[in-house]
Amino acid sequence: MGFLATIGRYFIGALAEIGRVSRFSYEAVTHIVRPPLYYPLIGRQMLSIGYFSLPVVGLTAIFTGAALAQQIFVGTARFNAEATVAGIVVIAIVRELGPVLGGLMVAGRVSSAMAAEIGTMRVSEQIDALVTLSTNPYKYLIVPRLIAAVITLPLLVIVANIIGVFGGFLVGTQKLGFNAANYLQVTMDFLEASDIYSALVKAAVFGFIIALMGTYHGFHSRGGAAGVGAATTNAVVTAFILILLANLIITINVFGS
Amino acid sequence: MSKTPKISIKGLYKGFAGNPVLKGLDLDIMAGESVVVIGGSGTGKSVLVKCILGLMAPDAGEILIDGKNIAASAKSLRDEFMKKVGMLFQGGALFDSLSVWENVAFGLIRAHGMAKEAAREVAIEKLARVGLAEDVATLRPDELSGGMKKRVALARAIAANPEIIFFDEPTTGLDPIMADVINGLITECVKDLGATTLTITHDMSSVHKIADKAAMLHAGKIIWHGSRKELANTKNPFVRQFVAGSADGPIKMALAGGV
Repeated sequence: MGFLATIGRYFIGALAEIGRVSRFSYEAVTHIVRPPLYYPLIGRQMLSIGYFSLPVVGLTAIFTGAALAQQIFVGTARFNAEATVAGIVVIAIVRELGPVLGGLMVAGRVSSAMAAEIGTMRVSEQIDALVTLSTNPYKYLIVPRLIAAVITLPLLVIVANIIGVFGGFLVGTQKLGFNAANYLQVTMDFLEASDIYSALVKAAVFGFIIALMGTYHGFHSRGGAAGVGAATTNAVVTAFILILLANLIITINVFGS
Repeated sequence: MSKTPKISIKGLYKGFAGNPVLKGLDLDIMAGESVVVIGGSGTGKSVLVKCILGLMAPDAGEILIDGKNIAASAKSLRDEFMKKVGMLFQGGALFDSLSVWENVAFGLIRAHGMAKEAAREVAIEKLARVGLAEDVATLRPDELSGGMKKRVALARAIAANPEIIFFDEPTTGLDPIMADVINGLITECVKDLGATTLTITHDMSSVHKIADKAAMLHAGKIIWHGSRKELANTKNPFVRQFVAGSADGPIKMALAGGV
């Protein structure tokens, strides 16, 4: 019985957590559609989420694109289809790896930072102080981060996709012996508008997840330094899992055909 | 006794995970009065203030401000109430991403719609009021000593000339001399503003300096209240033990596993 009780407790705990996250995001979204919005804060968050993530996202993309071209070349060479390397690279990067790896890297960088900052504000009573100074903490802390992440992630993913394809291009032309013009031609022939929509939709959803998990765990952290540490870990882990889950759902249901 | 109290708390209940902290607390504070609530650590003093401020939702009971129940009233009334309130947090709770003057001016700019330049002037004036020079204004909170942080937090609490001010353990973590300085500043600022104040503390020196009236919180209720003079002469064994700071008496501190 002890075993079943434990499973039950975990299951109920998980449901309660889903409920809390849903209430938190509902509250946050209602504040997005109700003025005022603090534009300078949104701008500052866009800078920290977007601009300062460029190096890590760019490096991830170029390494992944380069390795991908090499792997696909090995695979396609087994049935003499090497000519499709450029096309498969661009589809894999744009539809899948650019958004997912970009999202994961930004989640690692940004969700943790948000959870740590807001968590510290929670345990040092700064969030309570906001309320006593007639400032809604959702509007001041949560909404700017959510909006900034949803706008910025698609922009980052566009950059990641271009750099990723370029990584494949480098390996393709420098090591695998493709003609540069030909490689680019095949890339453009394979790429369709729906691939790009898919990437942008995914990126916006991942941006929401990243900011939501960072702010949620920070906002509800308790118990001093250890609590903030736990909030930071939980923010990154849940953001990772939700990004991968959302990616699967979007890929199969929305852009499966 | 026909006047309406500024703050009136009736039958306030609040518990956490089935563990009751406040069990039907009653307290009236008249306009212009400085009331100090004393009580041991973990008796729910902070919970009381957080319930009044709406930072926590009470399980039951009424909180009346100027005769209006704010716990049950519309958001707009609560917003109006918050504009009339100042709060000094135990650890200061200064925003560490903002400079000192931006901290002090925060409520003026966001809640009262004051222009940035004007708010800065008020902030510097309030900083001077608590004995801080103008060059402190551009520092960050992490560059300040504990006593200076308390002063900045006090300046922020009084920035918008509030009608009601709450002080949460104003002297905790300060040396006795700095504690006396802060107590003195609080008394002066409150007198300047003519504000109604509620202070929670376990520091008897604050009580002697700040309080018009004192109340003792024990086991979730106000078990005694009276003037500062009555506090010194009371026969109530709980109060006497607390004022004397004695381990022997009716109040038993849980040594292991307790709250």
